[in-house]
Amino acid sequence: MDFFNDKHVEAAKDLIYKMADDQLIIGHRNSEWTGLGPILEEDIAFSSMAQDKLGQSEHLYNLLHELGEADADTVAFTRNENQFHCCHLLELPIGEYDFSLIRHFLFDMAEAVRFEMLVESSYENLALLAKKFKGEIKYHTMHANTWLQQLATGNEESKARMQNALNEAWPLALGIFEPGDSEDVLKEASIFEGEAVLEAKWLEEVTALLNKAGLTIPAGVTAEYGGRKGKHTAHLQPLLDEMTEVYSIDPTADW
Amino acid sequence: MAKVDTLYNESDIRNFLKEVKDPEIPPISIVDLGIVTKISVTDQNDVHVTLTPTFAGCPALKIMEDLVIERLQKLDDIGEVTVNTSFETTWTTDMISEDGRKALLQHGLAPPKQNVGYMELDVLSDTPCPYCSSRNTMLKSPFGPTLCRSLHYCNNCKQAFEGFKPV
Repeated sequence: MDFFNDKHVEAAKDLIYKMADDQLIIGHRNSEWTGLGPILEEDIAFSSMAQDKLGQSEHLYNLLHELGEADADTVAFTRNENQFHCCHLLELPIGEYDFSLIRHFLFDMAEAVRFEMLVESSYENLALLAKKFKGEIKYHTMHANTWLQQLATGNEESKARMQNALNEAWPLALGIFEPGDSEDVLKEASIFEGEAVLEAKWLEEVTALLNKAGLTIPAGVTAEYGGRKGKHTAHLQPLLDEMTEVYSIDPTADW
Repeated sequence: MAKVDTLYNESDIRNFLKEVKDPEIPPISIVDLGIVTKISVTDQNDVHVTLTPTFAGCPALKIMEDLVIERLQKLDDIGEVTVNTSFETTWTTDMISEDGRKALLQHGLAPPKQNVGYMELDVLSDTPCPYCSSRNTMLKSPFGPTLCRSLHYCNNCKQAFEGFKPV
């Protein structure tokens, strides 16, 4: 990391921690549809996306390991709730399928823009991962948008369900972009342009697709922040308890 | 220094690695799949192989690393064999060789379209059927039994088939 000073390393860690935690937590939530999907193809879709997200989180944790943090398993399985930096949107239970689909759409559209931006990062190893993930996420956004358009223009019930799910998810989705403490440092070092730029680009893209689907973005909504700073909803701890169950019994278990 | 009777070069090693198959798609070798991005051999026959993942979450990657080591360690006079994974070369389906594409087709998997830089929604929609070659097919789901496959249906021969999805 020759171009990095300590300040840059800390800022990069902040950014990567929140990305890795987002991937791990949504990966776990997606896997909860395994065996329960409304149709076989959807069961497979959410299971595949879970696998992609978990794989991506592992590579991001490996990057943190290169920057001096503990190894991937230790970081993923031994931290307390208040040491996680995922946004609230992802820790919520899967709910009904409409909520899972809307969350999937709103979050993955943000991921796609984030990876696109990070391909240009001065932090080369992060840029290489972003380039790889960018190729994978296009299938996730394609899946999300296909269902969004289909269900929002289906019948009265499906349209109402999608609108209600959007109303519920929107303030949480805005929480994805909760600014970190190191936005200026990341920008100054050309590591990442920052959450505000990401949010503006995301808003433009999702607005166009939601309009096309005939859905209305709720107005006058306050973003739900806290996740990036380690303050979480009541739903995260039970998820962590379940996720770390095997590891807690036997940290050397292989599965 | 130990004397070695047989000295291997990069191309020898590459040929041996053609015997290492992708555990999820056994007819295709890791060389034809395009994931072997670097091979270096020292004058003591120490070999280092670099692999690039097809998908970040590919569970077969670790197995393939082990298979590389297992195959090369069987060679006479071989030195130390090491393998690492690196994203330095980003794998794309364009890196699958002609032989690899043929192997996919024989396995009943539609080979990926080439040079798909930015994917539009319809990129998977007219994937040629591996059974009857018809392009009158439709995408059922971009997600299949493994991360690298998609599900399709052929309107011509009325069969479901899988494709290797372009990345």
